[in-house]
Amino acid sequence: MEFLLDRAQGEFGRTVDRMLGGAHTAQVVRAWARGDHGPGRTLWERLGGIGVTALAVPETHEGVGPLPVELAVASVESGRHAVPGPLAETAAVAVLLAALAGGDAAQVDPAARHWLPRIASGRTLVTLAAADGGPYALDADAADAVFTVEGAGGEELWLAPGHGRVQPSIDPARRLARPLPGGELLARGPAVAEAAGRAADWAAFVTAAQSLGTGLALLERTVAYVKGRRQFGRAVGSFQAVKHRLADVLIGLEFARPLLYGAAVALASAGPGARAEVAAAKVAAGEAGYAAARAALQLHGAIGYTDESDLSLWIRRAGALRSAWGTPSVCRARVLAG
Amino acid sequence: MDLELTERQRAFRAGARSWLAAHVPAAPLPSLETAGGFTAHRAWERTLAAGRWSAVTWPEEYGGRGASLVEWLLFEEEYYAAGAPGRVSQNGISLLAPTLFAHGTAAQRARILPPMARGEVIWAQAWSEPESGSDLASLRSTARRTAGGWLLSGQKTWSSRAAFADRAFGLFRGHREEGAPPHRGLTYLMFPLRAPGVTVRPIGRLDGKPAFAELFLDEVFVPDEDVIGEPGQGWRVAMSTAGDERGLTLRSPGRFTASARRLVALWRERAGNSGPGGACGAGDRGASAADGLRDRVADAVIGARAYELFAYARASRPEAGSAAGAATGAESSLNKVFWSELDIALHETALDLLGPVGELADDATDAAGGGGWADGYTFALAGPIYAGTNEIQRDLIAERLLGLPRERR
Ligand SMILES: Cc1cc2nc3c(=O)[nH]c(=O)nc-3n(C[C@H](O)[C@H](O)[C@H](O)COP(=O)(O)OP(=O)(O)OC[C@H]3O[C@@H](n4cnc5c(N)ncnc54)[C@H](O)[C@@H]3O)c2cc1C
Repeated sequence: MEFLLDRAQGEFGRTVDRMLGGAHTAQVVRAWARGDHGPGRTLWERLGGIGVTALAVPETHEGVGPLPVELAVASVESGRHAVPGPLAETAAVAVLLAALAGGDAAQVDPAARHWLPRIASGRTLVTLAAADGGPYALDADAADAVFTVEGAGGEELWLAPGHGRVQPSIDPARRLARPLPGGELLARGPAVAEAAGRAADWAAFVTAAQSLGTGLALLERTVAYVKGRRQFGRAVGSFQAVKHRLADVLIGLEFARPLLYGAAVALASAGPGARAEVAAAKVAAGEAGYAAARAALQLHGAIGYTDESDLSLWIRRAGALRSAWGTPSVCRARVLAG
Repeated sequence: MDLELTERQRAFRAGARSWLAAHVPAAPLPSLETAGGFTAHRAWERTLAAGRWSAVTWPEEYGGRGASLVEWLLFEEEYYAAGAPGRVSQNGISLLAPTLFAHGTAAQRARILPPMARGEVIWAQAWSEPESGSDLASLRSTARRTAGGWLLSGQKTWSSRAAFADRAFGLFRGHREEGAPPHRGLTYLMFPLRAPGVTVRPIGRLDGKPAFAELFLDEVFVPDEDVIGEPGQGWRVAMSTAGDERGLTLRSPGRFTASARRLVALWRERAGNSGPGGACGAGDRGASAADGLRDRVADAVIGARAYELFAYARASRPEAGSAAGAATGAESSLNKVFWSELDIALHETALDLLGPVGELADDATDAAGGGGWADGYTFALAGPIYAGTNEIQRDLIAERLLGLPRERR
């Protein structure tokens, strides 16, 4: 047993962090929220350049995956830097297409051959609507392809012909739209439902990682703020009510982290326990990220409640990620079912 | 990164499992916080030691197996899964022994550890004083130099199991220079509990058990060989003990994963939740009271798993040794708060599932009783207080891990 990131994994995380640190992501998110996807797509291409978008794509389709541990590392960093875009959905589509292409549903093979290398490169954006994630496809207006899982029992995989009007989310940088019905039927049958289930687990897993990263960023910023902000003649960070609240945020995040990597290990072996492990990570990371957001908002005072402060980008993200791809309640039920 | 056990780890675990299956008493022992239970638990420690399972991380020369931290975690998991008795020698094995490995002399280890492993000498921790709880450095009990040793005087309190234990370890004040900070000049000493000058007065606990005690010391002689570390340097030694106390060794994940499994079984039985299917999709139906309980059961399972994986991550670190093991400074405070709150949540949820019979104590004769949750609940309530209160741990987390300004104290 060696339950630690190895050197290469640690170095990969630092590479992603450095790259995103220099990318002015706050401006990128704000543009994305306005529907200006240019800077975001450029950022995704750069992420593709260092391999991030290839991590869920198998080597047979020009990816480097599946590498769930590395995907967790990269997704935590993307959450820390509030990167916009359908990261979880991209991983899910990759897993879905790869599973079907490798299995019985031979008709998917051409679609997989077409889309997977493009996804891996970071130059093509895809998204997905499936029962587990609700009726909307995230960032459908930015995506080059909108996949949907539909039909009785979720046994049909479609490439949608387009999408409806973008519906505002509590996080303006998450642009939700319903796929239009019809389009191209890519596969049908029980294998679709099974692959979609696995894809949804990967989506929940990436969402959990983003939640953890979002929470870490909120904690970092809040600690820095309360050290500097003075009231009653001293730093507000010296007040015990403030310290204890932030200590609890750290505890929540630090105990979500091992669950996330436990889920990664379970996904890597694709065993039957993976769904429950992912659900546990999703609950813990979602709640920890959300608690971080609540504390960050409270401890920044009114500044935290402004749209002008970049903090708002993370605060709103944390709330949205908490319920995306499995609300806490649904995931708790899964933990007990597993 | 992997969670796959090595050949050696699997063999170790299998060895522990089969030994425990053959030796764990069929009926639970009486509470170790009572006189009769204490004797029964001493005998169990002897049995454990005979199988060399009483202190698995110690070097073989002291009766251990030189087990790694991961192996220790596996052993603990098996131990609690097997329903084995609580450890009456815990203060010695998980607090004093690591301190001796880090700060003691070879002679002290050779003299003290083997009888500790066999349950012949049971140790009590004598740190707290009536005026010194969270502010331990303010303690007033004294150690006065005398020929060949020291004379201890003062009062210690809240000493777990001291009513029946044999020896204790604690901090004492030598002379204090004017204006020196209070943690200077403290000496870490071991002393007998059944010797002239020692009065042990039991204190009833919230759960009614009589093993808790306060100690009155009146010129109790202790030879030089019973000083741990340098005289006057006791604070540093004590902080290493405190790290162990809050770290993994006092509460391994094994007991929480075992409790979580029992809780799920109870939930299935009580709520008629035999299968997975129906429980899903609660979000669409709107929440019911049963969903609320189900969520709390799930949170307990998630918490126990998180603690287990956190422990594996820590044990995988290159610097994680074996015997002295799991102390990692301020990070141990994360542990302490997490497990103590998890323990309460686990037990509260069980009591809620049990409904009105939940309040029946474990020794209630009614067969429809609580199934062993009530005593665990009462004991869990103490978790946020002992081993450094959770308020103090949160201060340490905020100051040492987050770097927030120290409070004026
Ligand atoms: C079941 C049990 C077993 C124990 N076993 C042992 C043992 O074997 N040996 C031993 O030596 N001791 C033992 N103790 C004692 C334990 O270590 C002390 O109770 C603990 O250190 C707290 O001290 P206190 O009780 O004096 O509380 P106090 O220090 O008086 O604190 C009272 C309250 O004030 C809070 N408080 C104090 N200072 C601060 C601060 N700066 N900021 C915020 N809040 C603060 C505390 O958190 C607590 O909530 C045991 C206690 C229990 C309950």
